[in-house]
Amino acid sequence: MKVKFGVVVFPGSNCDHDAYYSLKKVLGYDVNFLWHKDTDLQKSDVIILPGGFSYGDYLRTGAIARFSPIMNSVISFAESGGIVMGICNGFQILLEAGLLPGVMIKNKSLQFVCKDVYLTVENNDTIFTKEINSDEKLKIPVAHGDGNYFADEKTLKELVENKQIVFRYSSRNGKITEPDNPNGSVMNIAGIINKKGNVLGMMPHPERACNSVLGKTDGALIFNSIANSILN
Amino acid sequence: MYKAKVLVKRRPSILDPQGKAVEKGAQHLGLKNISHTRIDKYIEFFVDVDDRKSAEEEVNLYCQKLLANPIMEDYEFELEEVETEKV
Repeated sequence: MKVKFGVVVFPGSNCDHDAYYSLKKVLGYDVNFLWHKDTDLQKSDVIILPGGFSYGDYLRTGAIARFSPIMNSVISFAESGGIVMGICNGFQILLEAGLLPGVMIKNKSLQFVCKDVYLTVENNDTIFTKEINSDEKLKIPVAHGDGNYFADEKTLKELVENKQIVFRYSSRNGKITEPDNPNGSVMNIAGIINKKGNVLGMMPHPERACNSVLGKTDGALIFNSIANSILN
Repeated sequence: MYKAKVLVKRRPSILDPQGKAVEKGAQHLGLKNISHTRIDKYIEFFVDVDDRKSAEEEVNLYCQKLLANPIMEDYEFELEEVETEKV
């Protein structure tokens, strides 16, 4: 069996083709594009909400995409245990849809940040990280203007207690410091999962770090973890 | 028909870097008495219903589901009755 990924295309998505290329051409999985006006998930095993600027980031990032027809199917899929991964704008859409807790606000610096960052893997006992050693630091690029994750104290406490924080921005050797936080996110949070563990949102772009030609391949560990979780 | 004027404001505890940046401009302008600049959203639209109660319900729904994110924003609104022909 070949694992089948579905990449949703919203008006304004611009990392959909990167995700498609990395998953299909580099990693060899089956991939379909899913148009935002459709409701059929085409029997995908995993749904990817890609990066970009859906609906021009109008109102709030992800706020309008969340009401696209395909999102009703994605929400039911996630609620019944289906694997959903939101990258960058996809993470913002998951927050607006209420599939993950918290909100994303403008980067503390007010600047769009586009660079490689290092991530610690805070929980490697998830569908998305089981192929990664707990002491491994991932090098994956970020590219966003609104990546400053915020949640109230109660939510943060829950995230910590349930081990829902999966990735944090760190130095190359895994120290969680303020200068290594590219956007001002609370607790250096870069990626979280829901309580059930089947929905992941992350700001860094693993689809841009799958091909050795591009100098980094740590993103592939995440997609391969997902595929192996399904196969085993 | 009613005209709705909605104000969506981020809670004081939520950082507003845009307001901060604009306030730096105020300092460069030489305005010494300005503080706590916040940039929020003002939204206008019409609601085509006959009574105020239905209009309020619809505006509340629009605000709660889409215009504001209840995790970080509060909203308030005014309704003004207008004649349909003038819209």
